[in-house]
Amino acid sequence: MFINFFYLLKAYGVPVAITEWMTLMEALGKGMALSSLTGFYNLSRAVLVKSETHYDRYDLAFYSYFKGIETPIELTEKVLQWLKKALPPLHISPEERLKFQEWDLDDLRRRLEQRLQEQKGEHHGGSNWIGTGGTSPFGHSGYHPAGVRIGGESLNKSAVQVAAQRNFRGFRTDSTIGVRQFEVALRKLRQLSSKVEGPREELDLDETVRETGDKGGLLQLVWTRGRKNMVKVALVMDSGGSMDPYMRICSQLFTAMNRSSHFKDLRFLFFHNCIYQHIYLDPSCNMASSMKTEDLLHMLGSDYKVILLGDASMAPSELTMPGGAIDWSYSNDDPGINWLQRIAAHFDHAVWLNPIPAPFWDRATGNYTISVIRDIFPMFELTVEGLEGAIKKLKVRK
Amino acid sequence: MQDNQAQFSGTRDYIASQELQNSVNVAVALGRPLLIKGEPGTGKTMLAQSIADDLEKELLIWNIKSTTKAKDGLYIYDTIQRLYDSQFGDHDVSDIRHYIRMGKLGEAFLASSQIVLLIDEIDKADIEFPNDLLWELDIMSFDIPETGETVRTRQRPIVIITSNAEKELPDAFLRRCIFHYIAFPDASMMAEIIKVHHPDLQQKLLEDAMAAFYWIRSIGGLQKKPSTSELLDWVQALTVGGISPEQIVVELPFLGVLLKKDHDFNTVLHRLHNEGHQVKSATGIPRLR
Repeated sequence: MFINFFYLLKAYGVPVAITEWMTLMEALGKGMALSSLTGFYNLSRAVLVKSETHYDRYDLAFYSYFKGIETPIELTEKVLQWLKKALPPLHISPEERLKFQEWDLDDLRRRLEQRLQEQKGEHHGGSNWIGTGGTSPFGHSGYHPAGVRIGGESLNKSAVQVAAQRNFRGFRTDSTIGVRQFEVALRKLRQLSSKVEGPREELDLDETVRETGDKGGLLQLVWTRGRKNMVKVALVMDSGGSMDPYMRICSQLFTAMNRSSHFKDLRFLFFHNCIYQHIYLDPSCNMASSMKTEDLLHMLGSDYKVILLGDASMAPSELTMPGGAIDWSYSNDDPGINWLQRIAAHFDHAVWLNPIPAPFWDRATGNYTISVIRDIFPMFELTVEGLEGAIKKLKVRK
Repeated sequence: MQDNQAQFSGTRDYIASQELQNSVNVAVALGRPLLIKGEPGTGKTMLAQSIADDLEKELLIWNIKSTTKAKDGLYIYDTIQRLYDSQFGDHDVSDIRHYIRMGKLGEAFLASSQIVLLIDEIDKADIEFPNDLLWELDIMSFDIPETGETVRTRQRPIVIITSNAEKELPDAFLRRCIFHYIAFPDASMMAEIIKVHHPDLQQKLLEDAMAAFYWIRSIGGLQKKPSTSELLDWVQALTVGGISPEQIVVELPFLGVLLKKDHDFNTVLHRLHNEGHQVKSATGIPRLR
């Protein structure tokens, strides 16, 4: 039952595994949904969703799956009258409960309407009519794992309404958030040196003690190779005028990178719209603090992981023509695209982060240059999710 | 629910939302670890204590540090002690079992009655840490190769795991957990929480302190927003300091209790200076009963 809900969750981007689904079935079998849609909402969220960043998608999926089954107000009013007198809780054996697992919500709703038409008054403790304490799927204080709850609980919002509120929208990773989220994402960018290479220069205390113990007190020193994060990163940022709208988000990424102390080496470099034969060492892009791009490629080994950050939007001439640089005082003999290709060829891992949201890449003013640059570098949007994707890309060889 | 299993419903000094209670009960009934995330200061660690109190079980806390290894939680083979003993010759060192000490997880498995085990801040440890515990948490038993013994659980402990999302936890680990995110409490729940800790608080002081608190939280650009535990400390400070409710929103006394960063401090004072008279009206908090 509800198997379509499983696929719908997957379609909405909630990573649900079959084992988790089985756990949910087990929990439903134990009656843990409290026979209410709200209970089911909380239960299945606790079992299926493992990150608050997915809560919003869960809400959307839940809403779209269950929105039809809200109990209409008028109907509830009438039925609530019958439900005022409740029976004490009823206990059901697991075998009996199993029978009810086959029910599905559409079916339930149809039956509820049908039964409402047939039922003329109050009823308590049976297995069919709407009432309290029984095993009928309709009513409250009763036991039916797939039942429709009508009133009875102190929660005044139904699960579908809660889902529709989307309280967890703020936690979505595909929206741009803050420095800390970037930091957390950046932590994934690490590659510990394996213990198979390098000199043995760290004293392995545990092994030394063990070996010494094994030798009955004769000191045996054991040496091991330390594990360090070997990742070296170069962040190359566009500081041109078209980047101004994205200044805040870029500076957040910058701060996060700066704070990340776990890289072996971290370089910041800047360019204006596109990279030519010079690259700048500070955001003002002055010739005074610049170095030759060629020298940079010599200086940084191919094992540096390069993150280019820019909107990739420029006049096509800036990218493809000699002398196309936007600064009139600057002339380049080699078109920018050649330089970009050289960079892509030199480094084993390079990605491009674009602050323009991905859906607009085809429509933004710079769509031509965006598409050209996308052919050279894998491009990701500058969001937490995009950064995570970029980092995954940076960890595997091209 | 039909089980005779005890139901967790919060304790006198710990207010748990209905959703949180449900999640705890689901985890207990299914025998799965409960993974708790949430903003700092929302009472993640307190939850385990509260569960232990409410269900009248013993609480074991395993604090995770960056150097903690999964094996530390199972058992420790005290080779140094054995070495000493062998040198002085006043103990029998031939039996390794004397030198095996149980870790927190081992203790929890061997406890004679069911206990609550809190694995606090699991994300502090190395990235591989949770994966190393998968098997042990799943089947609740482990081997001690040194002695050839197997430690099996007598009573499946209730495992509560907290995380501050400093590191992403592995998927295989997440799949085995029940997950709950403690949302930041809304105004009415917050009032309830404060009342639990400061039952004799003047209504007026409570309202004004909360108004100021939510106003500060609403200011954009704070590096660290004040949380529940800081509000509780602040209310305590206000009471002890004998601050009148009128002063709270105007002066924000003892601000250092709420804010821990220079930058935040200055931001808030600056905003207070410019729009202090709006503190109350700007918050939009419903009047409390």
